[in-house]
Formats: sequence, structure tokens, C-alpha cells
Amino acid sequence: MAGTTGHTLKAFDEDLDQLRASIAEMGGLAEAAISESMRALVQRDLEAAQKVVDDDQKLDALEMEVESRAVQIIALRAPMADDLREVVAALKIAGVVERIGDYAKNIAKRVRAIEQSPNLRPLSLVPEMARIVAEMVHSALDAFVARDAQKAAEVCQRDRAVDDFYNSIFRTLLTFMMEDPQNITPATHLLFVAKNLERIGDHATNVAEMVYFAASGDRLGQRQRGIDSTQSD
Amino acid sequence: MMANDMSMSTAEASAEPKLRAAGVSVWYGPKKAIDDVSIEVDRENVTAFIGPSGCGKSTFLRTLNRMNDTIASARVEGLIELDGEDIYGKDMDVVQLRARVGMVFQKPNPFPKSIFENVAYGPRIHGLAAGRDELDEIVERSLKRAGLWEEVKDRLPESGTALSGGQQQRLCIARAIAVDPEVILMDEPCSALDPIATAKIEELIHELRGRYAIVIVTHNMQQAARISQRTAFFHLGELVEYGETSEIFTNPKVERTKDYITGRYG
Repeated sequence: MAGTTGHTLKAFDEDLDQLRASIAEMGGLAEAAISESMRALVQRDLEAAQKVVDDDQKLDALEMEVESRAVQIIALRAPMADDLREVVAALKIAGVVERIGDYAKNIAKRVRAIEQSPNLRPLSLVPEMARIVAEMVHSALDAFVARDAQKAAEVCQRDRAVDDFYNSIFRTLLTFMMEDPQNITPATHLLFVAKNLERIGDHATNVAEMVYFAASGDRLGQRQRGIDSTQSD
Repeated sequence: MMANDMSMSTAEASAEPKLRAAGVSVWYGPKKAIDDVSIEVDRENVTAFIGPSGCGKSTFLRTLNRMNDTIASARVEGLIELDGEDIYGKDMDVVQLRARVGMVFQKPNPFPKSIFENVAYGPRIHGLAAGRDELDEIVERSLKRAGLWEEVKDRLPESGTALSGGQQQRLCIARAIAVDPEVILMDEPCSALDPIATAKIEELIHELRGRYAIVIVTHNMQQAARISQRTAFFHLGELVEYGETSEIFTNPKVERTKDYITGRYG
């Protein structure tokens, strides 16, 4: 599906393919950053955490690459209709994925602080939440590459589960903090980790919404997005 | 600016159409070139007809001022109304019709006469000017509206064919304007012009919008996107899709339109 899209001018297909490939690469890096930061957190692996922080540069560089490719396509190919929507979506998605990388980096930075407080019981909910948001990022970008509106809509519906996870982690950490004030520092860091994951879920949902629009030309309705009115921003 | 344009065209679309075609088919001998086209052309907007070569867009354009009458084998069926009046009706004077519905062609075709005469010819034969002064006035006004006055005011007696291609095309537009038409049909008016001359014509079309209903056939989709408020896509003699230009180029509803404007056609 990621192959040519049948333009009379084959070079245009190649440009779009390259753009998609760059976006897909960004998605892959962001996904890896999420899972690696989580592995570093669970295994208290400071080296792995540092690598996540360092690797974020790659995402920044790719974002710029996507930006220049997209601007070039707009200038040289004058894309129309779904092609135009796709190029504009690529521009915006690159920015969002870069932000996702920043959240993962932030999680990695907190590994040291949490590692220094060994008395906090590990929270199994956090890695599970991370697995879901990494999957959302993966699916949203797969949907982009495949121009699959349906798949994008499905991603949006999973954001609800992520919010539930966050609320549950929030309550649990609060209990820890009340039990022992010594837990406050690490628990607060963990809470930020969970909050970062929750934001990543929101960003993945945004990407999916952009993909839905790029692929279909229509906006997702509120119900399809699975809007949670109780969720604060 | 753009948003303003769009809201204007939407508001105006509800007004009575300037031209209305209903169930129009055109044959060249046994070959059907246009198949059952119905369309309404706004009076305040620029309407672009786009489509691949041979799709019938020029043929259809030419039915709007009965230019196809000059082709012996051409036959037109269906109804075309100009302000509610059947242009193929018995009482319609074709010469008058073509004064009301002017036309500008792909290749600039000034008469081999002076610049002045090119513009003065129409008003003179239609008896629009009472005397020389009034004729001078019409020529000046038409050349000004066509954006050519400053370039030719000192050389009006020179031959129209001595002008550059872009100037010749603006001269032809001035000639069409001189008889005070209600509609101007343009059949690829920029295809023989360089980008600067093209930009001048496009700017002119923008300025003329509102004063005349303008219908333009163009192969250049960017041009259609730039200058029109409504776009009609023709394919194989059918009107496939017709709507707001901004919609057609960002979110066409019909697969065939999408394939054509994104460059996937054929």
C-alpha cells in the first residue's frame, strides 16, 4: 500500500513515498523511545535512559527533513485534493511525533530520580500504559502510510483506555504518598511519567485525526473520537 | 482575503444564475460530444471548466453563445437560457447574442487593423456610439478595463498584430468588452502566453469579475484554482462534478475528479 499511488508523473509518487517513509521512520523512533524509556525505568538502567535522551536528536533531524520535503513537494508538485491533505498532514504529524519523542525523553530523564528511591514499589500499570500508547503511535502512523481512515478512527477510540490508566495510576500514587512522605519525590516523578504517557496518547489521537482527515477529507465526529468529558486537559 | 472570497461566492450562488443549461447534448455528426449537461453559471463569479483534452469543455463553452452554429455537422439539444431567455429560441438574434455573450479564444486573434479599430469595430457595427467622441470614449474605457490603455494609448493607429502575444490577448478582451457584454467566455486565453502575460490576464479576469459573468476553459488547473470561484470538471462529454473551487481542489467528491486534479488520470 505504501508503494506508488498511480500518478502519471512517477517522480511525484516517489516524492510522496519518501515523505511517507520519513514519517514512518519518525514513528518507529518515537515508538522505540517510548518502549526503551520504559525498559530503562523498569530495569533501572541509566545507560539505556541516557541513550533515549541522546537518540532524540535523530527525531529532531527527521522532523526538519520532513518539513523540507513537504515544502519542496508543495512548491514543485502543486499537490491537490488527497495529495495536498496528505502533505499538509505530514507536516503537522512530523511536529507532533517530535513532541512525542520529547515526552519519551522526559520519561528517560526521570529514571535517575526514581532509581535513587528504591523503596517505591514498582507500578505494573505504568509499563502496561506505555505499551498501549506505543501501540497507538504505531497504528496511527501505519494508518498514515496506508492512507487508512478506518484504522485511524480505531486509534482514537483507544485514547479512552489510556485516560483510565492515568486516573488509576494517579489514585494509586496518591495512596503511596499518603502512606509515607518519603515516597513523595519518586511518586511525583512517576506521576509525571504517567502524565507524559497520557499526553503521548493524546498526541497519537491527534495524529490519527489528521490521518483520518487526510485520507477521507472529512473530520472525525466526537463519538468516533471517543471524547471523554470528564477528562481534564 | 481568501475566506472573504469564499463567503462571497457562497452568498452569491443563491442568486438567479446568469446562464442556465438543462439537459444539453451536442453532436458532431453521429458523435456525441456532450451528454446531457445541466449547469448554472453565476453572474458574479468566475466559473472554470476543466477536464482532459476531448472532454467536451470547449464544445460546451461554444454552445453558450452558439459558436457551434458555424459548424455544419454540429447539433445541439436541450435548453440554454441567458437570464431566463432561450438562446436557441426562434426570436434570438445570434449577432445580438454574441454581443451579449462575448468570447476570447486560445490564440490571440486581433483583426489586421489598427489597435483603435480592433476595439471600435464592435461598437460601430452594433451602433453603440453616436459619434466619434463617444467611440473614442468606448475605446479608451475598454482598453483601460482590459489593462492595456497605458501601454497603447500613444500608438492607437498601429496595427493590433504588432503587439506582443499578451498585449494582443488583452486587446481581444478589450474588443469583447467594447460591446458591453453580460458574459465573457474564454477558451484557454493564456495557453499561448508566458507567465507574466498570463498573470496580467489573470489579474484582469479578477478585476472584471462582478462586472461580467466569466466562464473560462483552462487546461491549467492551477489557473482554475487561482482565478475561479466555481469549477466544473468535464470528462468524456459529461459534467462529472461542479462546485466551489476551494472544495473541488481540496476535497473533490467524485473519484474521477480526484484522479484528474491530482494527476492520476489515464
